[in-house]
Amino acid sequence: MLSARICSISLENPLILASGILDTTGEMMAKVARHAGAITTKSISLKPREGHKNPTVIETNNYMLNAIGLSNPGIKEFINEIKIVRRTKKPVIGSIVGCSDEEFAGLARSIGNYVDAVEINVSCPNITGERIGQEIGKEPESVKKIVRKVKNSVHIPIIVKLTPNVNDIAEIAKAAENAGADAITAINTLGPGMAINIEARKPILANKFGGMSGPAIKPIAIADVYKIYESVKIPIIGTGGIVYGKDAIEMLMAGASAVGIGSAVYYRGHDAFGKIKNEMVQWMRKNKVNSVREIIGAAHK
Amino acid sequence: MELPEIVTIKKVVKENRKARTFFFDMSKITKGASSGSSDQRKPAIFEHELRNSQSEFLVCWKALLSNTQEPLVLDKKIKPLAGQFVMVWLPGIDEKPFALSYDNAVTVERKGVFTKKMFELKKGDRIGVRGPYGNGFKLKNNALVVAGGLGIASLARLVERLKNPEIILGAKTKEELLFAKRFRKKKLHIATDDGSIGFKGFATELMQEILKKKRFRAVYTCGPEIMMKKIFELCEKKKIECYASLERYIKCGFGVCGACACGDQLVCKDGPVFNSKQLRKMEDFGSYSRPKDGKKVSLAYYAKWRSR
Repeated sequence: MLSARICSISLENPLILASGILDTTGEMMAKVARHAGAITTKSISLKPREGHKNPTVIETNNYMLNAIGLSNPGIKEFINEIKIVRRTKKPVIGSIVGCSDEEFAGLARSIGNYVDAVEINVSCPNITGERIGQEIGKEPESVKKIVRKVKNSVHIPIIVKLTPNVNDIAEIAKAAENAGADAITAINTLGPGMAINIEARKPILANKFGGMSGPAIKPIAIADVYKIYESVKIPIIGTGGIVYGKDAIEMLMAGASAVGIGSAVYYRGHDAFGKIKNEMVQWMRKNKVNSVREIIGAAHK
Repeated sequence: MELPEIVTIKKVVKENRKARTFFFDMSKITKGASSGSSDQRKPAIFEHELRNSQSEFLVCWKALLSNTQEPLVLDKKIKPLAGQFVMVWLPGIDEKPFALSYDNAVTVERKGVFTKKMFELKKGDRIGVRGPYGNGFKLKNNALVVAGGLGIASLARLVERLKNPEIILGAKTKEELLFAKRFRKKKLHIATDDGSIGFKGFATELMQEILKKKRFRAVYTCGPEIMMKKIFELCEKKKIECYASLERYIKCGFGVCGACACGDQLVCKDGPVFNSKQLRKMEDFGSYSRPKDGKKVSLAYYAKWRSR
């Protein structure tokens, strides 16, 4: 009933652990994603990155702001964690982040033998002073260049994770598709946003700015996936503010073939995947929907 | 809501040559407190809040359940659990986790950049605090509490709640002993590396002596992880339940970022207190930790990195 597909990868259900959530250790990823259809790793760079100072994450009842700053131990170290995640037998998507097309291609080659697909992160909004993340992802030509280079470096599916912070996300998606991308993940976090503590008269995040996620961004994610679905043929992993089963159904109807889950791990607890999955099944039974495929893009018909 | 709340320091107590305790107004701090800038009303009920509210503190959740538009009422009688910690924010500098050594205080040792800044704070200064976080200790009778150095800060409120526990306070020298006066009326054993007061030797050695004479139902420990590992091994040999409070580099504090993971356990949310069953499965315990970039490193390397 819930089985889904992204490119050539079969998923037991359409829910995918999004990048950046509980993914420092392989064991933790495996545990939180035990009811997920696939697992996306944290974004890995060539060299280790410390990330920003604390506070790095804050939360209100509607949204989170995070400026982790792409902290990761570097590709060489992180392969050890990926090997642990692989024991789950679930498809693993390796998220990579770099500054140039060569760097992305090198990362893809290093990680390629250990993952089922590569996700190109050109959408992190919380780094300044470096040409990385959404600074690259805002330019269709830069996205094209990276995708082409990565495509020529590995034989596994290539997914491009897009930023919502552009005039026309469909244009970027189209550029990625034309360059050979096999799928799109949309969206990365919104903004960046800021929260100021008025007693201290200072931004709370040490980085001042942070990407916004959580229930508050769902309408943006739904709209962006809807727009991308109209402009490309490759599948979409719809991500952003999905907390309940009905949110996931909505995302599928907007045009997603699979659904990324991130902040919900906080809002629903570490068993979020099990809960969301059960809620989807309940809704589908009640509405006589037999398979996920029946409702993908339903809102466009 | 996981946001720091600004509070005023009410009192600073010099505990010894390296440690100070900072008292603040805890009634303002509780999860569910909102920052000045955001709406105090609740848009939705999320499960984590209902789950959290089962602990002793937190919000008056009748308002949540009825989904009324009542502002969140903070229960004034709230008491953080023994073993819980808070995140202390020095605006513009950094934010770090500290165990609550009293219901409304943290005890800090001067070590790195952040704690040096904390030592400049005086009565009347303001800091940001969020929490309390973590699971806390499960209370058992007939217990032995073994603290190494600053570890007593996270065990102190446990000591006050346990029925007649025996306590081992370990320190390098007499001058670095912490809370010996506070617990002078308890069954207190002292061990110093140089023998300047009490037993000469490690807390673990004194523990071995004590275990020869008496049987305990539970051992609680906090201190250097090498010491805790040794204590855990002693407990395994003697078949005593062991509870250890671990320290890792914490970022979010509420279980989303994964920075503090020890295998498949999060120190901020599943811990910081772990029982024997969990410790047995925890490969990292006593061996590895992870600095900010998430790389698996030896405890010695981590300790050096931590006290920058």
